[in-house]
Amino acid sequence: MALNIPRRAGRRRLRRFSRRDTVVLGVLLGIPVLLDIVIVWGPTLASIGLSFTSWDGVGDIHWVGGDNYKNVFENYPAFWPAVRHNVLWLLFLGLIATPFGLFLAVLIDRGVRFSRFYQSVIYLPVVLSLAIVGFIAQLILGTDQGVVNTILNNHENPIDWLGDAHLNIWMMMIAASWRHTGYVMILYLAGLKSVDPQLKEAAAIDGANARQTFFRVVFPTLRPVNVIVGVITVIEALRAFDIVYAVNKGRNGLELLSVLITDNIIGEASRIGFGSAIAVVLLTVSLGFIVTFLVQELRGARER
Amino acid sequence: MSRRNLLRGAAVGAGALTLPVLLSACGNGPGGNKNEVTVGSNASDPVPKKAYAAAFSAYEKKSGKKVKVNTKDHNDFQENINRYLQGTPDDVFMWFAGYRMQYFAEKGLLHEISDVWSGFTGFSDALKEQSTHSGKQYFVPYYYYPWAVFHRKSLFQSKGYQQPKTWDDFIALAKQMSKDGTPVAFCDKDGWPAMGTFDYINMRLNGYDFHKSLMAGAEAWTDAKVKNVFDTWREVMPYYQKGALGRTWEEAGQSLQQRKTGMAVFGMPHPGTQFPENERDDIDFFAFPEIDPQYAQDAVEAPIDGFLVAKKSKNLDGAKALLKWLGTPTAENTYLALDPNNVAVNDGADTTKYSALQKKSAQLVSGAKQISQFMDRDTRPDFASTVMIKAIQDFIGNPKDVDGLCNSIERQKKTIFSSPVG
Repeated sequence: MALNIPRRAGRRRLRRFSRRDTVVLGVLLGIPVLLDIVIVWGPTLASIGLSFTSWDGVGDIHWVGGDNYKNVFENYPAFWPAVRHNVLWLLFLGLIATPFGLFLAVLIDRGVRFSRFYQSVIYLPVVLSLAIVGFIAQLILGTDQGVVNTILNNHENPIDWLGDAHLNIWMMMIAASWRHTGYVMILYLAGLKSVDPQLKEAAAIDGANARQTFFRVVFPTLRPVNVIVGVITVIEALRAFDIVYAVNKGRNGLELLSVLITDNIIGEASRIGFGSAIAVVLLTVSLGFIVTFLVQELRGARER
Repeated sequence: MSRRNLLRGAAVGAGALTLPVLLSACGNGPGGNKNEVTVGSNASDPVPKKAYAAAFSAYEKKSGKKVKVNTKDHNDFQENINRYLQGTPDDVFMWFAGYRMQYFAEKGLLHEISDVWSGFTGFSDALKEQSTHSGKQYFVPYYYYPWAVFHRKSLFQSKGYQQPKTWDDFIALAKQMSKDGTPVAFCDKDGWPAMGTFDYINMRLNGYDFHKSLMAGAEAWTDAKVKNVFDTWREVMPYYQKGALGRTWEEAGQSLQQRKTGMAVFGMPHPGTQFPENERDDIDFFAFPEIDPQYAQDAVEAPIDGFLVAKKSKNLDGAKALLKWLGTPTAENTYLALDPNNVAVNDGADTTKYSALQKKSAQLVSGAKQISQFMDRDTRPDFASTVMIKAIQDFIGNPKDVDGLCNSIERQKKTIFSSPVG
């Protein structure tokens, strides 16, 4: 070609956008940014502002400073249990349900008989909303009319699966994991399918056994999937709400931060200031995870 | 920052919060239709729903106006009441008497209907007081149902149980029932059923006035009187069904029907709706037993349901015309013909068609020296729902630690009652 002008990277001047380009870009970028501000950041900042006030949603707004926070931490018996339950939920999903999902994915990926069938069955609960899982849990674990107690035939002294404050959170976490495991399994299956078989062959030639192959070769190549699964697990644990709400409105051993927020803000109580303070606590916890994740990602991106 | 602007800002921001309002805003168009009255109904259960439909169609026939009923799930309606009243409420809506109504009147969300009230006949002074807030009437009572101890007549006969009059006899009976394998039915998964037992023990021990002022936040929960209520309640705990916190009121009602339990502290519709029609005659009750002779069995817990007009009602004249009719004996007769689990509030209502149970309920209430509403209707909604539900459930789960519980309630009460209403 005659026009073979050598390009020098780094010294190119920025392309000038025509006016029309600028307008189009401005509009196309502006709409999502505006929506983001109005729908996400506006309410977030409003919540933070309201958390320093006392407001019932109707009358005047009274400034109370840090009183709400003081009350949340010191005078609200449901708060610390809720924090504990949220942390427990996260640990349970992260250390039990997620690894179990990975385990199933690996099994199916190695090719068991009827793998399609297993895949479908384990994935099935994912299509259910967690509220429905809560209803199913009630049918199975109900005190008087539940399936389990009927089978155990312990009418005199029934096990109160959902009413006993020491038991019910575990039952709920098992029910939530039932769904979470299938979700994680599908993600890992997709990831495993994309692992280059040559890697495994190379590892085998180098004399690695099956376990070494998996942990030293296959698992590290799943890094992108791991990140996604990690994020999903954290989100699922922090936003857990519908399943406990369906069972007993998130009371009596099933307190979660999300439930406390709705109870105070949305219900007849209308303690909007107080509820906002709890919401800010949850926001802070979530931001902690998000910032950690972003830092990791950016650092990873630089290294790659 | 003016309230209006903030509200507007909040409305934009709180899309999620306003959603229920948007969903329920299927009323009439701007200005409203003068020949149509909309009614917000929380009667989502089949029996009352049918009975209300009959009552409203009777009004349509009589007045030639249309009544459009928007029924929402009972609990959802209560949860969303604040936003409902500030959004686009129906002209008339169903609600409860007492503090739970006065709270919204205080906030300026209701329309006063003193002029409608002046035309009413057959309502007692007690009813008028329950419908009034600072000298103005807001509420049209429609029916009530008493709380008492319910049981099956046939079970008592076959086992030779006697209806107890005093607390000691009551405990002895509970003990016997527990021994016979039919313990006392008990449930509190829903958070409110056990409140009835608390209220009754409180009123029997400390009297109605104490209940009233305790609910109004004027008494200390750390008072020995309150601790005494919990201590007294603990006496009956061993004879309850196990696993109360995992049991709904429907399940407890069914256990009574299936003769698996002996008796239960309930409101009249609770066992009533769980018994098949041909077994309803077998339901009987006795007034909650006497603990302190000074207060005997004076107070009866009998929550009143009725109607209110929202401040933002579009068709005020239509709403008032409907209320005027709803306050008549005819209107109550129409309703009660189809819902045998309640009792009419109007003296002029026809009681000849009453079942034995309804007659007995009417007697119980007319003989009462004071009528209380219910814990969650006699106190502030924010206190009842965020503090008391958990407190009572905690007590049921761990009946030992009364001191810690009362201290915790008192601390929370102070913060909640210090924030003004309105």
